[in-house]
Amino acid sequence: MSDSTQSAEPRATNMDLLRFATAGSVDDGKSTLIGRLLLDSKSIFEDQLEAVEASSVSKGYDYTDLALLTDGLRSEREQGITIDVAYRYFATPNRKFIIADTPGHVQYTRNMVTGASTADLGLVLVDARQGLTEQSRRHAVILSLLRVPHLVLAVNKMDLVDWSQEVYDKIHREFTQFATKLNIPDLAVIPISALAGDNVVNRSENMSWYSGPTLMHHLEHVHVASDRDLVDVRFPVQFVVRPKSDEHHDYRGYGGMVAGGVLKPGDEVVVLPSGMTSKIAGIDLFDQEITEAFPPMSVTVRLEDDVDVSRGDMIARVKNAPAPSQDIDAMVCWMTNSPLKPRQKLAIKHTTRTARALVKDIQYRLDVNSLHRDQDTKELGLNEIGRVQLRTTVPLLCDPYSKNRTTGSFILIDEATGITVGAGMINSSS
Amino acid sequence: MTNTHVDYQLSQLDQLEAESIHIFREVAAEFEKPVLMFSGGKDSIVMLRLAEKAFYPAKIPFQLLQIDTGLDFPEVLETRDNWVNRLGVRIVVASIDDAIANGVVIDDGKTSRNRMQTATLLDAIEENGFTALFGGGRRDEEKARAKERVYSHRDEFGQWDPKMQRPELWSLYNGRIHAGEHMRIFPISNWTELDVWDYIGREQIEIPNIYFSHQRRVFVRDGMLMSETPLNPTREGETVEERTVRFRTCGDITLTGCVESTASTIPEIIDEVSIAKLTERGATRGDDRFSEAAMEDRKKEGYF
Ligand SMILES: Nc1nc2c(ncn2[C@@H]2O[C@H](COP(=O)(O)OP(=O)(O)O)[C@@H](O)[C@H]2O)c(=O)[nH]1
Repeated sequence: MSDSTQSAEPRATNMDLLRFATAGSVDDGKSTLIGRLLLDSKSIFEDQLEAVEASSVSKGYDYTDLALLTDGLRSEREQGITIDVAYRYFATPNRKFIIADTPGHVQYTRNMVTGASTADLGLVLVDARQGLTEQSRRHAVILSLLRVPHLVLAVNKMDLVDWSQEVYDKIHREFTQFATKLNIPDLAVIPISALAGDNVVNRSENMSWYSGPTLMHHLEHVHVASDRDLVDVRFPVQFVVRPKSDEHHDYRGYGGMVAGGVLKPGDEVVVLPSGMTSKIAGIDLFDQEITEAFPPMSVTVRLEDDVDVSRGDMIARVKNAPAPSQDIDAMVCWMTNSPLKPRQKLAIKHTTRTARALVKDIQYRLDVNSLHRDQDTKELGLNEIGRVQLRTTVPLLCDPYSKNRTTGSFILIDEATGITVGAGMINSSS
Repeated sequence: MTNTHVDYQLSQLDQLEAESIHIFREVAAEFEKPVLMFSGGKDSIVMLRLAEKAFYPAKIPFQLLQIDTGLDFPEVLETRDNWVNRLGVRIVVASIDDAIANGVVIDDGKTSRNRMQTATLLDAIEENGFTALFGGGRRDEEKARAKERVYSHRDEFGQWDPKMQRPELWSLYNGRIHAGEHMRIFPISNWTELDVWDYIGREQIEIPNIYFSHQRRVFVRDGMLMSETPLNPTREGETVEERTVRFRTCGDITLTGCVESTASTIPEIIDEVSIAKLTERGATRGDDRFSEAAMEDRKKEGYF
């Protein structure tokens, strides 16, 4: 038997990662498209494909329904629809992809918000025959609210409109016009046929008028590393590492994930909320000392002075630190049946800090289809999004969500049931 | 000092590692009594490595828990002991046979070892008051897992309710539980089988040697190659012969099949996995083959 600790040349050491969220209305072809991406990138195993072929036959279909590859839980299989976020994985030689597959219907807005929260890119599907619908606009609105930096509009079922450039152009035009009202830094509109495979992985022979990239090519090359904030140092302290062993008697380090900026030994830093200053003595990544730490690395930071630092604190730069605040103005997506109302008290989790929050006011409810601000409603129902003022029991160390998706986000928890009931994106704090 | 990346780009394996370390620290900070479910297989070894890194130079601040089925591969137990000794962690072993002897689990001759494993586990959780259990489940393994959260809530009966899952946003995990409930935590949810192998190769860590190609006396049952062992007597018509094989998962010796393989190094395994035609479960786990919804059913009952 061989030695079990062989060294290996890693496949592609610098293979990077793209997380993307998909959205589409029922029957736009989302599951077929994902099945196609998995199949054409050879991420489907034979036993999975055989199971799907067998179910397709038993259902009396003429072709293998790729959509069956991606539906998970039995209740969903029975209803034949996707009702929760499902995660899928595939890789090409230089990039690994994590798909957050989210349901499109308005009653699942919270699932879409969830899927979009971690996405670098949002993929919205439309049926070329129907063009832009209220649903597709809503999907774009949600992705933009969640500050997903890249958006792809995939115009699907081009085979059913005779591969018509006119149809594509019209959808493209309408969408670009609508997108000016939103925050979409990068947009690509790609005509495809998920069923036939045109412009998914392989370039279409039916649409020579289209000169842009295939969907897969776009996913493989979209540049995401620069989407992170590398300027403003934000290090939420997660865990205090104190070995209390003879060997590391005086070791005291602060474990956490870098949320923004680049940390270096020697940097002058401030610890919030206390406001005490010190210098970074060293940064450890397991048993190595490193010269720089940047998002999203999990590291352990040591300080020169013996200042009092605990979980929930934040390390930032002396001249660039968030102002601690108890008054939070945020867009909140409500995720549970009983509505959010003023004067309600909830638990709030922001970075590594947990506090209680009082709902002071609900300013308006945002109609995610029309972007209309409804100022008459004074509550938020399930799947509704609105602008909310909160007062917290302790100061939060936050940034606007538009600046930093980590230090600008929070979740709300019902204190009695323990359930996550809301997701918030901070506009400002004062 | 090591110089990090000039272009401020983290490789996908480094990103996965950072995410998993974040999860370990979050749980250690927020839960009263976490424990790491250690099966001795490659996924739980990767978890252990990540936990080691998360708290270094301090020791891992929680115990390990193993369910002793009495049907484990001896090679797996040996590797387990090496890891436990090196890291200086405590391991709680809950044995199915003890649970049967104590009347916690009833062996009626009809219930599979797998079901009894679940009951033994739930009993160990209750007895020790564990509030969070790290498991090595990955979302790429099986359809039912694809929708499971990193923090997966279990009620007082250890049951999972797929319809009542809490939304999980950004990297903000909600660890609230009521007395008697617990949370299953899956720190390597976003890893694929290949990622696990890449990481084992990169970190050069010890895994049970049954993962590597070796000579073994095997027989064919239900289309799978099973190991000859007194624990799993051959039936009529089954003939034992020596073949060159390796295991893709380490489970119950009576249910876990091996594959013919000459892959004896990690790069060779990676090559083999990259072109494999069957999922690791489909290929070699008898316990998952009964029905398409088998996994989902067992999970609802409190199995991993
Ligand atoms: N003609 C054609 N049919 C498609 C295409 N993509 C999907 N479909 C069909 O549209 C139907 C709905 O697709 P499905 O993937 O289940 O949609 P989902 O509800 O968005 O997941 C199925 O019958 C698919 O075969 C396409 O590009 N062309």
